[in-house]
Order: sequence, then C-alpha cells, then structure tokens
Amino acid sequence: MRFLDREGLGSLLARLVAEGYELIGPTVRDGTIVLDRIEAVDDLPAGVGEVEGPGTYRLVRRDDRRVFGFAHGPDAGKRFLFPSSEVLGTIGRRNGHLTAPPAEAGAEGRRAFVGLRPCDLHAIEVQDRVFRGGPEPDAAYAARRDGAFVIGVNCTAPGGTCFCDSMGTGPVCTVGFDVALTELDHGFLATAGTARGGDLLEEAGSREATPGEAAEGHRLLANARVHMGRSLDTSDLPGLLYRNRRHPRWADVAERCLACGNCTSVCPTCFCHDVVDDVDLAGETATRVREWASCFSVEFSHTAGMEVRTSREARYRQWLTHKFASWIDQFGTSGCVGCGRCITWCPVGIDVTEEVAAIRADDGAVALEVGA
Amino acid sequence: MSAVQADARADGREAGAPARPRVAVFKLSSCDGCQLQLLDAEEALLELAGAVDIVLFREARGRSEPGPYDLAIVEGSISTPRQLEEIKEIRASARFLIAVGACALSGGIQALRNAVEYGDTVARVYPTPAYVRALATSTPVSDHVRVDLELPGCPVDRGQLLGALAALLGGHLPRRSTAPVCAECKRRGYVCVVVARGEPCLGPVTNTGCGAICPGMGRGCYGCFGPSQPPNVAALVRRFEELGDAPERARDRFRLITSSAPAFRDGLAASAGEPGRTEVTP
Repeated sequence: MRFLDREGLGSLLARLVAEGYELIGPTVRDGTIVLDRIEAVDDLPAGVGEVEGPGTYRLVRRDDRRVFGFAHGPDAGKRFLFPSSEVLGTIGRRNGHLTAPPAEAGAEGRRAFVGLRPCDLHAIEVQDRVFRGGPEPDAAYAARRDGAFVIGVNCTAPGGTCFCDSMGTGPVCTVGFDVALTELDHGFLATAGTARGGDLLEEAGSREATPGEAAEGHRLLANARVHMGRSLDTSDLPGLLYRNRRHPRWADVAERCLACGNCTSVCPTCFCHDVVDDVDLAGETATRVREWASCFSVEFSHTAGMEVRTSREARYRQWLTHKFASWIDQFGTSGCVGCGRCITWCPVGIDVTEEVAAIRADDGAVALEVGA
Repeated sequence: MSAVQADARADGREAGAPARPRVAVFKLSSCDGCQLQLLDAEEALLELAGAVDIVLFREARGRSEPGPYDLAIVEGSISTPRQLEEIKEIRASARFLIAVGACALSGGIQALRNAVEYGDTVARVYPTPAYVRALATSTPVSDHVRVDLELPGCPVDRGQLLGALAALLGGHLPRRSTAPVCAECKRRGYVCVVVARGEPCLGPVTNTGCGAICPGMGRGCYGCFGPSQPPNVAALVRRFEELGDAPERARDRFRLITSSAPAFRDGLAASAGEPGRTEVTP
C-alpha cells in the first residue's frame, strides 16, 4: 500500500491534465457537492461535509480540511458516460439527396474521474453490461469508457441514506479503478488497480505507507461499515418481490409517490432513455437525439397506441422490482448499488429500504393468485 | 399529405408555384406573450416565413387576409361574449388549430375569477362595471371547439412551438411530452431546490417543456406549464406543509397561472377531502 500526501494528489491530477485529460470531480455548486469539470486539487471541496436524509440534503462545515469528507452529491459517473442528451446522428437533404455524416464516437476527449465512490464504480460496471455487454455494443459509450481514467475513493464518511454495505458494493473500492484512495488526516493511502495507475502513483511521488497509516485506514473503513445510514435485507429479494406483486404496500407508496422520476435520474444504474427526432423548419436536417427518460412517466409505457402502466402503483412496482429482481434475470447483477441517492433526492423522501422492509414484514399478506 | 400542407385551391397565387400553407395567428384574452415568442424568433421567423404564408398576424403586420387557413395558432382564453363567436369562426376557417399557452389551455391567470363571485369582483376592480362586457368565467379554447394540438406554457416555449410547426410541415405529428419538469431539471444537472434548499417547487407535477427555467435560477417552479401526466397533487400539498407552508398557502401554490386546469383543481378538491386535514377558512 502506498501513501500520497495532498501535494502528491495535486501532482497526480496535474499530470493527468498535462496528458490531455479533462478532470471530472466533486466540487461545490448551489449548496451541493456536484460532479463537474475541475481544474486542479484546489477545486475539491476541502472541509465540506454533508447531511443526507430522505428528501433532504444540506452541506455542513467539517472541522478538518479533508477533500473527500462526504458521501456523494446527486451525480455519479453516469452523467458523463451516458449523457442526459446525446446526438445519435443527423440526416440532411440537399438537392434531393440524403446525406448522413457518420457520428463522431468519443469526440468529447478523455476524462479522468476524481473521487468516484465504490458504489459509483459498481454502477459503471452495471451500465457496462447494459451498453457494451450485448451483441451490439454502443460505440460512443465504449469510447468514453475506454478513454476514462478513474480515481476511486473509499468511503470514510457514509451518508445518512447509504446502504452499500448491504449491497456488497462498498465502502471499499474493489472494481473499476486505476487508483483507489483512502483519505487520512495528513494525506491518502493509495492502491493501484492498473499498471497505469501504479506508474502514475510512482510519478506523483508516493511512498510506501507505514504500518500505522495502513492500520488507521483499516480502522476508518471498518468504522464506515457500521455507520451506514440505511441497511437492506437482501435475502431472496427477487423471490420476495415476485411473490408480493399484489402487496398492499404498493398502493400505499403510490399514494405518496409523485412519479416525478427523480429517483431514476439520480440512480447511477438507471439507463432508460427515449430517442427523439427533431426536424428543422426547412425540412432539410433531421437530428436524432437520445435522452434520459424515466419509467415513472406515463408516456414511457406508451406501446402500440396506449399506455400499459397508467397507475403510479404499477410504475413504482415496475421500477423497484426491476431494480432488485428482474435486473438480475436480465443482466446477471442487481440494479441497485446501495448509494441511497434515490432516497435523498426523492422530493417526498420515499425510502426504498423502508418500502422493501415493509413488504418483507408482511410477506405473502396477499397471495399471488393462481395463474396470474 | 401533411396536416397543414396547403389545399390545391385557386387562391390568387401564381399559377404553377407550389402552394404554401396559409397560417393565421389569433389572440383572444391574453397578454400577447405567446405571439411574441414567434415575433421574437429572429432567424427562425424568417425560416418560417420562407416555409409558410403568414396571412394574418395582427401583432406583426397591418394587412390581414381572410380565411380559409391551413393552420390557425390561437393564443388566449374565452373570456368575453364576443370571443364565444370568434373562436367558432376561427375553427370554421382553419383546417388545423393549435392552441398555445396557459390561457388557451386552461383559462390562464384570468381564470382565478372562476372560483369567486364574478359580479363582486368586477365591482371591486372597475369604477364603472357596466362598461365591462365579460363572461363570468375564463375558459380554455377546447371547452368551445375542437383543438388539434395544445402547447402549454406562460408563455409557450419557442422551441416547442417551432418544433411543432416543423413537424406539421414535415407531415408528422409533433412530439408532446407529458413528463414533469423534474425530468428536464435533472437532464440539465440543476440541483433540486426542494431537497437541497427546502423550497416548495411545482416541478414534480408540472408539464415539461420550459427548459426548467425557474429551478435553473434557484427558485421553485410555479407551474405555468400546467399539470403533467396525472399529477399527485395531494402528496405535494402535504410536502409543502412539511416544508413550512400553512395549509392554504400550500394549496394556493397550485392556484396561479393554471388554476383552472382540471388536474390541479380536482387534485386540490380531492386532497381537501383527505382524512385528518384541517381546512382554514378565509
């Protein structure tokens, strides 16, 4: 295990910038820690913490100068790897001929992600299965993914809505990073996940961590495990949800749910989208755009002239059952990484862990009718 | 055949020239803001003028040509006895009718009078109420005639209006999303004002299309695009109360630009009947 001081992290980031990477990292905007373009280590939110709960998020001042002393804001890697709006192609009509210039895959350039959390890294692996795991990989997504350099940060300050420990995705980075850090008072423990990450750690002036520093890292992460704001019993979740399709809790949550789709927008794995065509007034250029969509919208289930999930109850059940059950059938992994963003950023504070627990508490309250 | 492509009829145009759709822009009870979205469209207006004949647009040109029209764009609500006739004449003269803006879709801010006693209000506002020739209610265009397409907003969104016209000219149906403002807010990466600031916001129940302008400026949406997909008004009223609104204040947030939109009006009525609610009488 290596040790890197704050200055060392600064030179690592400067090195990435010099190599042409755009840095994407946590920074404070509008009272929130968002992921955005940063220039250097000074843009990280030093001394800023946060308090997260169902439907509420507030920044607080920490009594130290840690730059990763929080869990996460609303964004994960998704916003950058699967953009909320992306031009898929254009078709022009000139003098009676159609022209379709090829899309420029990966035109955005390479990005280095600074400070993604273990849950975020798992979420990227989940979206990889969706966008590049099948027989028709998404070329633009793959280019963005392959061009990315990832600095993961282990969680020492889990948030009030976090439950990665239950989902087996955190609080320690285990997949998908070039470099993983654990922040201590005076610097960072650092582990390389790739040879490239190892080289950069060397060049940035890291040294071997002392046994005391390594022990402090272990202590912080063990402590994080027992300070998760939420927990979820995941035993046979698919079976539980499939056999409780008629559970009264679905109607109960539908009465509280706004069907606004914020949970799906902030979910780092939700991938649903719409594809829309825009034509200019002259009728000469058509642009095809893919944009984030949500299964909470009525229009999302518009199929063959009608909507098939008209009730909020049906839409909430669809989302939650997909996330925790049918996602596993579809992609071989859970769709939930336990980040808790859907709880924090729900305007009315609906808590998935509470909804699942309520169904489990009354498992089989309404038996699934035979043949249904 | 496109919905608004011109009829091949003898209307005085040069023989042999391709028939261009005849477009008329009308205004009823409203502030002109929706028409301004067209008039202000700069280059796009020139493009539009290149694709259609704008034969009636009183805010833009002095000369108006009589119908029939291939497309009528109607701003404003039905608020006077004369407008009851006018909207029927417009409908009869137009093959395709688009109602634009909150007034035309739900009666507009002037529909606040629908919930109070009309005579009292006129007497309170005007020194000589006898001069006022108005209806007791302000109602949407669709209450009176068939409407082919509705575009919400106060004002209507220019991009959405031009997009709808482009689609119609191209011979396909315009896209009209019923998703809430939150969808747009999140796509743009705006921070949620409800969650991060505790600010009441109608975004979760309001139709998208505005570009999430208000949350983008750090304030709550006030619902000028009207209800989105069937909205859960009761749940949002409860949330506003949790955030510190008095019960009537929470409900009044739905009674502004689109107070007479049935989904808001009926949603408030249903929420009033919830057990355990205490109603405050003024």
